[in-house]
Amino acid sequence: MQISQYRCVACGNCIPVCPMGAIYIDPAVGRAQVNQDECVECFTCFRGMSKEHLFPPMVRAIRRVAKAFRFRFDPEPDICPTDAILPTELQWPRIVRRAFSDPQVPHESTGIHGRGTAEVKTNDVTGRVKEGEAGFVIEFGRPGVGARFRDIQKMTERLAAAGAEFEKNNPVTSLMTDPAKGLIREDILDEKVLSAIVEIKVGLEQVPAILQIVRSVSREIDTVVAVGVSTRCDAGGEDPLARLLEAEGYPAYRGKTNLGLGRATQQAVL
Amino acid sequence: MTNTLHRWSEHYAFERGSGAAPVENDYIVFAMATRNLNDDDLVEKYRTFARLALRHNPVNIGDATKGGALRPQPRLNPLAHWRREHRPDPERVINEIDGPTTMSAVFSTFEAMEAFVRDLRDADLGVSINISAPMDAARRCCQEAGIKRHSVEYSLGFQGRVERLPDRVVLEIGTMCGHGMIAHNLVKKLLDWVKEGRRTPKEATQYLARFCSCGVFNPARAEQIFDKARTGTP
Repeated sequence: MQISQYRCVACGNCIPVCPMGAIYIDPAVGRAQVNQDECVECFTCFRGMSKEHLFPPMVRAIRRVAKAFRFRFDPEPDICPTDAILPTELQWPRIVRRAFSDPQVPHESTGIHGRGTAEVKTNDVTGRVKEGEAGFVIEFGRPGVGARFRDIQKMTERLAAAGAEFEKNNPVTSLMTDPAKGLIREDILDEKVLSAIVEIKVGLEQVPAILQIVRSVSREIDTVVAVGVSTRCDAGGEDPLARLLEAEGYPAYRGKTNLGLGRATQQAVL
Repeated sequence: MTNTLHRWSEHYAFERGSGAAPVENDYIVFAMATRNLNDDDLVEKYRTFARLALRHNPVNIGDATKGGALRPQPRLNPLAHWRREHRPDPERVINEIDGPTTMSAVFSTFEAMEAFVRDLRDADLGVSINISAPMDAARRCCQEAGIKRHSVEYSLGFQGRVERLPDRVVLEIGTMCGHGMIAHNLVKKLLDWVKEGRRTPKEATQYLARFCSCGVFNPARAEQIFDKARTGTP
C-alpha cells in the first residue's frame, strides 16, 4: 500500500486505522507514509475507510489556518478526505502478504481461498474430522500483531518432527517445500502477514502432546498464537474434548458448534 | 478461516480467576456450503438464510465476501461530518449475495438465536449451519431445538507474546472482527473520544462496524462495552 504524496493532507485519520500500526506522518514532508516492511497489505486502510474527494491544496490551506489559530476540527475519524490511499501492484514474494492478510481476496499465490480451510464448519458434509480424531487450527499473528513465516516455520518443523500431518488444502501447507519436515519456501520466510493458519489432524490421544509443543514453541517466537481444537461428536451429540482440554489447563468456554444440518444435495463432481 | 472463534472475554484472561461473567449478548449463526456437494442454488439458499435471520432482529448480518449491514462509503461530501447516514442496510447485504461465501447473522439474545435455529432446522437448506458462541449456550440451543451436535471446535485463547496485545477492553471489542480488520489503535482512539464526550458509544460502534469485512462484528455488545468503559467501570 502507498499514500499519494500529492493527495495526502496529513489529517492523520489513517494512522489508527492500520491494524499493524504501519502508517505515520513524516514530519520532514508533512505527509503520511507507510512502513513497507511492517505493512501486511491487508487493504484495511484502502477498503475500510470511507472517502471524500476534496481538492488537496484547498484542504491543506484550511488546515494551515486552523492550525495557526489552534482550532481543533472534529472530523469523522474513518474518512480519508482526499482519497489518498493507493494500492500497489504486488509482485512475488510480497504478494503472499495480501493473500494471508486481506480476507476478501482468494489466495492468488496459493490458489486456495481464505486463510485456512472450512475446518469442522462443513464437517457434517465433508466428514473431515472423525470420532476419535482432533483437528488443530493453529493461528499466528492475530489479533493485531502479525507474523513472519520464519516464526511459523519454527512451529511447523516441531509439529512435523512429532509426526503431525499437515492439511493438504491449507494455504501454509501449499507454501511448504517439504511438508514431512515442515519446511516453508525460503523466499517468503521474512514476509509478514496479518495472520496465517496451520492445520493438522491427530488422534485424540495425541492432543496433550501437541498442546505441549504449541505451548513450548509459542514462547520462542515473536508473535501471538491462537489455537482451536475440534472433533466429531458421538451419536448422542457428546464430545470428550472439553474435559481433555480443561485437564490440560485450557479454557473450553467458547467455540463453534456444527449443528449437522448440512448434507450433500448434489452428486460429487471430482 | 477462524473469524469468530477467538472472541475474547474474561474467560480467556491470561491469569484466570473464577469470577468471569457469562457472555450473554453475543451469538453468531453462520451458513457455509461445500463446493460441488451442496452449493446448488446457493444464492437462493443464502438469501433464505438471511431473510429468516431478519425475522429475529439480528444486530448484524453479513456476507464474508462483501461485508456487513454497515459498510464504508466511497463517495461522501463534506456535509457527512455533520449529517451522515449510519443506518444499517440488511437489504443491501441480501441483494448483493452473488455466489460462494459464508453468510452470518449476529444476535444479542439467546432467545433470538434459538428461534432462528429452529427456523433453519425447518427450512432444511442443506448447507452447513454452525453456532459460534459460548459452548454451553450452543449446547442448550441444540437441546431445546431437538438437534444433536455434529462437531465442535473449542477456542483455547491466546498464547505466546501476549504482552504485545492491548488491554482487555480493546481486546474484547477488537476481536469481534476476527479477521483483524478493526485496528486496536482505532478502538483505543474511539474509547478516548467516548470518554471525552466527543462521540457517543453508539457512534463509536458505527465507525468500527464499517471496518469488519464479513459482518460478524456485534454492535450491541460493543456499545455496552464502550458505555461501561466511558465511566471507568471495570
